[in-house]
Amino acid sequence: MNKVQERSQEVLAIRNLHVSVGEAEIIKGLNLTVNPGEVHAIMGPNGSGKSTLVNALAGKPQYVVTKGEVLYEGMNLLAMLPEVRAREGVFLAFQYPLELPGVRTWQFLKSAVDAVRTHRSLKELSVREFDRLLTEKIKIAEIDSELTKRSLNEGFSGGEKKRNEILQMLVLDPKLALLDETDSGLDIDALKIVAQGVNQFRGPSKAIVLVTHYQRILNYITPDYVHVLMEGRIVKTGGRELALELEEKGYDWIREASGVARE
Amino acid sequence: MTQSNAVTTKKVISRTSGIQESDYRWGFVTDVEADVAPKGLNEDIVRLISHKKGEPQWMLEWRLKAYRHWLKLNAEEPKWANIHYPAIDYQDIHYYSAPVSKAGPQSMDAVDPELVEAFNKLGIPLQEQKRLAGVAVDAVFDSVSVATTYQETLEKQGIIFCSMSEAIKKHPELVRKYLGSVVPYSDNFFATLNSAVFSDGSFAYIPPGVRCPIELMTYFRINQADSGQFERTLIIADKGSYVSYLEGCTAPMRKSHQLHAAVVELIALDNAEIKYSTLQNWYPGDKEGKGGVYNFVTKRGKALGKSSKISWTQVETGSAITWKYPSVILQGDNSVGEFYSVALVNHYQQADTGTKMTHIGKNTRSTIVAKGISAGHGNNTYRGLVKIMPSADNARNFTQCDSLLIGDKCGAHTVPYIEVRNPTASMAHEATTSKVNDDQLFYLQQRGIAFDEANYMIINGFCRGIFKELPFEFAMEASQLLRVSLEGTVG
Ligand SMILES: Nc1ncnc2c1ncn2[C@@H]1O[C@H](COP(=O)(O)OP(=O)(O)OP(=O)(O)O)[C@@H](O)[C@H]1O
Ligand SMILES: [Mg+2]
Repeated sequence: MNKVQERSQEVLAIRNLHVSVGEAEIIKGLNLTVNPGEVHAIMGPNGSGKSTLVNALAGKPQYVVTKGEVLYEGMNLLAMLPEVRAREGVFLAFQYPLELPGVRTWQFLKSAVDAVRTHRSLKELSVREFDRLLTEKIKIAEIDSELTKRSLNEGFSGGEKKRNEILQMLVLDPKLALLDETDSGLDIDALKIVAQGVNQFRGPSKAIVLVTHYQRILNYITPDYVHVLMEGRIVKTGGRELALELEEKGYDWIREASGVARE
Repeated sequence: MTQSNAVTTKKVISRTSGIQESDYRWGFVTDVEADVAPKGLNEDIVRLISHKKGEPQWMLEWRLKAYRHWLKLNAEEPKWANIHYPAIDYQDIHYYSAPVSKAGPQSMDAVDPELVEAFNKLGIPLQEQKRLAGVAVDAVFDSVSVATTYQETLEKQGIIFCSMSEAIKKHPELVRKYLGSVVPYSDNFFATLNSAVFSDGSFAYIPPGVRCPIELMTYFRINQADSGQFERTLIIADKGSYVSYLEGCTAPMRKSHQLHAAVVELIALDNAEIKYSTLQNWYPGDKEGKGGVYNFVTKRGKALGKSSKISWTQVETGSAITWKYPSVILQGDNSVGEFYSVALVNHYQQADTGTKMTHIGKNTRSTIVAKGISAGHGNNTYRGLVKIMPSADNARNFTQCDSLLIGDKCGAHTVPYIEVRNPTASMAHEATTSKVNDDQLFYLQQRGIAFDEANYMIINGFCRGIFKELPFEFAMEASQLLRVSLEGTVG
């Protein structure tokens, strides 16, 4: 009962999160709350810890949480194995999607969908059902269906890899999508396609955390909040207009205003 | 024919050994009455084997020649391979073991039901009606061919597919002409031993211009304790013919090591093609390295005719020790030799495997793709020789050797030899060594795929280029073998 109530309130509640990679502490006391239906954009200079944050949320082993807590739909996210987080509905679109030689994209997607469905006590899809689902999502992501016959991401162009991440998101239908620079390296048409995919996915029960360097994507995906991440902390939060301001003025003025030292 | 009465056979029932290890699914022992020769090797045993099989004099003489040559070798096994094992006592092995009820079953009904059951457990479709469409099976149980199916279908096209013993009797002209023509009895220690004591195996002959309509298959199994298995296979593809041949192997789990020393000879005449695929899953021993099959095998093909082609594909997951180098002698002009291999070692398994491509004819081409996977304390060596003879103008070779390491206690070694005696040759060699990449693993896990499964997918991906060379169902089985062999290796 309690859990259900919380569920309707917050998809993600991050409190005083500290994350280290090796010796270095990268995330240093970060707070963020994401409610159902919301889109949060996270911007920040290179190396400020954006990828570290989303990878830590997804459970990448090298990213060690040293302090703080993360509730996902009221559950302790940090206690879950990476694959369990995924099955529970946490999806990370990677900044640099990996290539997997010899692992057929189709086969991989089918295994992933089956793993998620089994976790949710649904029965595995038949090949035909899966193909129907895939075809539908391929249309949205505007991916050449031949790509699904190839090895996962192997030899895919940069843009194809990014669109393939969106395809995977659509097929797996998570609750929380963490998109790490999915808009980087895309031509204008591809950018629109990716935005279109995200908007299709967007909905009252979904939550999106979108890491980006460019305000342009926000022309297509209107965020509810824009956060500035610097030195491992969220130092400023605003609306859509903050992104425009950042584009114009860069990050120095925030650095000065928030007292973050220049490295 | 002289027949020694000094050696008599006795009937024994083999019993289940006390090893409890559930990981090896094929580890059951079948209770069938067996006709077993006493342990040890001497001239009388060789004569006994020949007599038991009702062989003609020329065959016995060939065996004896081999046996006498073997004696001269003084139990000196080849020492150059990167494998280590205690000395084998050749007098402590049964050289002949045959299921008793097998006096040459004339129909399926005549086959011992225990045997049928054993093959059913192995997933081998022995009963005609249950058989997978398109696979003809010659099953070699211990050393004797139990039943050859689909023979009639094949006979209509003039294809001969039978046990070696039968071929010796019914097709002596072919056997005499080709037996030992690719692997002479004096070739190497184990081939010599095999030549003296081989008990059975498969024989196939594809007449000119015939494309064998189904895949021919032999399933080998060692059942009898302390028995060696020495089968001998001979395949002849006459001009313009084609055959795809499959070979599968399993053995029960036994505490002691079992010796397997087979010889396979392939001959392809003008424009003929032989595709030979192996899934080798002999018992690999337990996690501590106890037991397991010593697999010392000589496989060689002769691409004798012009534009002929011989292609070896092997998936080696079993055996405590694997020592085999399926090779091709590219004698005909424009002939092609291929070797595709996946060798997996886990626990304390050792594999020293590879190929030898000998280019003699003009414009001959060879391709070698070898994938080695090492896990646990396993030790994997690729050993290959590409030899370009002076006569082989414009010969080409491409070699690729990839090693994948799982954990840090295993070993992978690549030993490529190249011998070029013709300046027009063109050679390309690539080699990689890698580990399963953590970022790749995380990527798959992030999509909901469990860690073990993610590992398996990556390793399976590593092997995909080889698996796709296998007939579809065999490829599925190979994937499955890989999964079983890898269980518990990661993490
Ligand atoms: N695996 C790692 N090993 C060592 N350092 C790391 C590792 N991952 C991240 N870092 C360091 O942590 C800091 C933050 O990196 P992160 O990738 O989170 O930045 P980012 O904000 O995503 O940057 P960008 O905008 O360039 O993608 C950087 O200084 C980076 O070098
Ligand atoms: Mg980043």
